[in-house]
Amino acid sequence: MKDFAALFSAIDQTTRTTAKTKALAEYFGHASDDDKLWTIALFSGRRPRRAVTTTDLRAWAAEEAGIPLWLLEDCYPIVGDLAETIALLLPPPETVSDLSLSHWIGELRALHDIAPEDRPARIRAAWAQLDETERFLFNKLITGGFRIGVSRKLMTRALAEATGQDEAVLAHKLMGSWTPDRTSYHALIEAEDPAADQSRPYPFYLAYQLDDPAAELGSPQDWQAEWKWDGIRGQVILRGGETHVWSRGEELMTDRFPELTRAADFLPMGTVFDGEIVTWDGTQPMPFNSLQQRIGRKTVPKKLLKEAPVILLAYDLLEDQGQDLRDTPLRDRRARLEALLADLPPEAPLRASPVIGFDSWDGLAQTRAEARAHRAEGVMLKRRDSPYLSGRKKGDWWKWKLEPLTVDAVMIYAQQGSGRRANLFTDFTFAVWKGNELVPFTKAYSGLTDAEFDRITTWVRRNTQARFGPVRQVTPEHVFEIAFEGIHESPRHKSGIALRFPRMARWRQDKPIDEANTLEDLRDMLSTYG
Amino acid sequence: MVSGAAAPIVGLMTEPVLTFTDRGIYCPAGDFFIDPWRPVDRALITHGHADHARPGHTHYLATDAALPVMRHRLGEITAQGIAYGETRQIGGAQVSFHPAGHIPGSAQIRVEVAGEVWVVSGDYKTTPDGLCEPFEPVRCHSFISECTFGLPVFKWHDQRSVASEINAWWAANRAAGRFSLLGAYSLGKAQRLLSLLEPQGPILTHGAVEATNAILRDQGYTLPDTTHVTPALNPKEVPGALVIAPPSALGSQWARRFRPASTGFASGWMRLRGIRRRRAMDRGFVISDHADWDGLHAAIRDTGAENIYVTHGYTDIFARWLNERGWNAQVVPTEFGGEEEDSAPAEAAE
Ligand SMILES: [Zn+2]
Ligand SMILES: [Zn+2]
Repeated sequence: MKDFAALFSAIDQTTRTTAKTKALAEYFGHASDDDKLWTIALFSGRRPRRAVTTTDLRAWAAEEAGIPLWLLEDCYPIVGDLAETIALLLPPPETVSDLSLSHWIGELRALHDIAPEDRPARIRAAWAQLDETERFLFNKLITGGFRIGVSRKLMTRALAEATGQDEAVLAHKLMGSWTPDRTSYHALIEAEDPAADQSRPYPFYLAYQLDDPAAELGSPQDWQAEWKWDGIRGQVILRGGETHVWSRGEELMTDRFPELTRAADFLPMGTVFDGEIVTWDGTQPMPFNSLQQRIGRKTVPKKLLKEAPVILLAYDLLEDQGQDLRDTPLRDRRARLEALLADLPPEAPLRASPVIGFDSWDGLAQTRAEARAHRAEGVMLKRRDSPYLSGRKKGDWWKWKLEPLTVDAVMIYAQQGSGRRANLFTDFTFAVWKGNELVPFTKAYSGLTDAEFDRITTWVRRNTQARFGPVRQVTPEHVFEIAFEGIHESPRHKSGIALRFPRMARWRQDKPIDEANTLEDLRDMLSTYG
Repeated sequence: MVSGAAAPIVGLMTEPVLTFTDRGIYCPAGDFFIDPWRPVDRALITHGHADHARPGHTHYLATDAALPVMRHRLGEITAQGIAYGETRQIGGAQVSFHPAGHIPGSAQIRVEVAGEVWVVSGDYKTTPDGLCEPFEPVRCHSFISECTFGLPVFKWHDQRSVASEINAWWAANRAAGRFSLLGAYSLGKAQRLLSLLEPQGPILTHGAVEATNAILRDQGYTLPDTTHVTPALNPKEVPGALVIAPPSALGSQWARRFRPASTGFASGWMRLRGIRRRRAMDRGFVISDHADWDGLHAAIRDTGAENIYVTHGYTDIFARWLNERGWNAQVVPTEFGGEEEDSAPAEAAE
C-alpha cells in the first residue's frame, strides 16, 4: 500500500498534469501486475464489490475514535468525504505494515466469506497498521468513488507512456464492462486481441463549447449542423446477435432502455451508432423530465414504456459491417448512416438526427434561436472532413448552445457547502415575488468565484435571522441572476415549477430586491418554454 | 423563566462578570470591552490580528509585546501596555494578561470581580512553537474559548515533522530549479515558519511579512535573515529561493516574477483535502496557530472552569460535545463574534 499511497500523494500534491502523468507512468513502470490492474480499475471508476455498508463503517469508526456517532456524522458533511473523515478521526496506527494494494483488496473480498460479526475486527486490524493516507485509500476502496484528480484520459496517457502502446488503442481496450475480478493485466493491456469483447464501446468524442463567433470557423460549406439534443449521449452496439446500449459515462444501459434492443430487428449486426437517447412523442423529443423518469429505473414498468418511450437519434456511424469507421471523414460516415436508416419503418427505435441546412452563419444563428421549439438546447457543428476522434479535442466538434434563460431572484436561505467548500456558504435558496411575499423556487450552488463565495459567506454570518439546523435564513437583501436551461411544471415544489441546471450567473449588486422577478414572470416562461 | 421564580440569591441577581453585547464582550464592573468590533471608549485587546484589534477605539490596553505590531497596523492610537501576569485594577474589576501561545504578544485576558474569575482566551495554541510566549493555563470559573478547529478531525502533527516536510519540499524544489512560494499570514504564521526553516538558500519576503519581521526583530524575537522583495530584486540572482508571502499575494502579479515555482500554503485548514484542493496550490502544510481538538480539551480541562462559552468556529457541535461531557457549555451567539477566521478559512488572519 505504501507505493500506492505515495502515488496518490504525488498526484494529490501537484496541480500540474505533466507531474501527475509522470508519477503514474513511473508507478506503472514498477508496480506488480495485480496492483497495476487494480489501479487502472480504480481510476476508471471500478471498485471491489462492497464488503461492508457505510452505516457499519461509521459505527465502527466512531467506536474506534472514541466519539459518539453523531459527532462523526456532523464531521462528515464538513469534510465532504466519508473515507477521509474516518481516516482523520482514527487514533494513530499501532504498527506499520507494507502489504500491497491487491492484498488489501483481497482482504476486503474475503470479508464476504466470513461471519458478519467477525468483520469489524478485520477492518480494525487493517486500520491499526495503516497510516493516515493509506487509511483514506483503504476506506475509499470500501466507500468507492476514486476521484482523486486523475482523469481517465490522464491515466490512459500515463499507461501509454509506460507500455509504449498507442493512447487511442489503450483507451479502446479500457472501455466496456471488464472487471479486475475476471481479467488480468496481461489479458487487458498486453494481449494482442484482448478477449475481443463483443459489447465494448468506442471512446466517445466530446465537443467543446463554442465561445468565439461562429464565423471564425471558416466557410459554412465545411461544416455540418445538427440540433443539440437534451437527452443522454449513448452508443448502440449491434454485434454477435445482441444489442448493447452504453452511456457516455460507460454505464451499460441496455436493460434500462429495452426499446433500443429492438434495433436488432431492423439493422444488421456489426453496426455501432453514436447518438442521443431521448423520449419521443412520435414527432419530436418530449421534455427532459419525462426522460428523467426513465433514467433512475433499472427495470421499466409497462406504463412508463408507453408514456415515455425512448429512441436513439443517431448522429454518427462508428462501425459498419464490422468495420471500424472512425478514420473515415464525417461526410462519408453520414452518408452511410443515412443509407442505413433511410427505409426503416416508424416503429424502429432509431432515426437519423436531422442535419440542419444552412448557407451562412447568420442564417444558422437564426435557426439556432428556434432551438427550444425543437426541444433542443442549441446546435452542434461538426467539420465534414473530420475523423471520429476520442475524448475531448478542440477543433472538429463544437456545441453552440442557446443563451440560458434567466431570472433575477432574492437569496433567502444559505447553507454551508462540503468538501472543497467546507466552511463557506455556497448552497443558496432563491425566491421570487408573489405579491408582497417571497416564494422560494430554486436552489443553486455554483457560478460564483471563490472570492465572491468568501464575501457572501462573511455577509451571511452577519445577516442570519434564524437557523433551521444547518440552514440559515438571511435578510432578503441580495439579488442574483439565476440562469437555467429549462423550466417545467412540478407539483412537488411550493412554487409549482422546477428549473433545469439552475446556477448563479451574476451577483446583481446593482439591483434592489423589489426589482427581482415575480412568480408570474416564471409562469409566463413556463407557458413559453415548458 | 417562570414568573415569580426569581430566587432571592444574591449571586444570581448581580450582573455577570462579562456579558455579550452588540459591540463585543463587555465587563460592566470595569466598563471595558474585550476585542470589540465596533468603536468603544476602552478596549482590551488579546492580540494584533485584524479580527481582534480593530481601529476606532478611544483607549487600548494590550501586552507590551503585542503593542508594536498593533501600532504599526492601526496607526495613531492611544494605548497602554501591560506585562504578562501584571494585575491592573479597572473600576471594580482586576485584569491581567496571560500568554495564549497563538502569536508573539498574544494573551488570554483574566477578569476578576468580587472573587469570580472569567478568562477570555482570544485565539490560542497549547503546544509551544519556540517563537511566541508559550500558552499558560489560567484557573477560572467561566472560560470564553475560541474553537476555530473544534472538530475531532483536526489533530495537528508534531511541529518538527511539519518542519521537515517543508524543508524537504524546499530542497526538492531547489534541486529541480524551482522557487518555493509559501503562503502564510503575515503576522504570526510567517514568522513561525521562518523559525522552522533550515538554512539552505535565500529566504525572500513580501513587504507585509517583512514589515512584521522588522518589528518583531526589534522586540528581540529571533528570526533568520530575510530579503525583502523589491522591484530591484532580480529573481535570476536568487535561484531556488524560498519566498514567504500572504496568500493573496501568491495568486497575484507580484508572484509571477518567481518562475518556475512550486506553491505551498501553511494552515490548519490544509488538514482537509477539499479545502487544500480549493486553494489549487501544489502543497498544503498542516500547521496552525490555533489549538487542535485535543488542545482545546486540554485547555478547557486545565482552567477548571464549569461554564464554557464557545465562539469562533464549529460552536454548535463543540458546545454539544462539551455538554455531553459534563460541562455547562453555551455558544456565544454568532452576531457577537467577529468571525473573520472561520468565515474565510483560506484568506483570513489566523
Ligand atoms: Zn481570531
Ligand atoms: Zn488570531
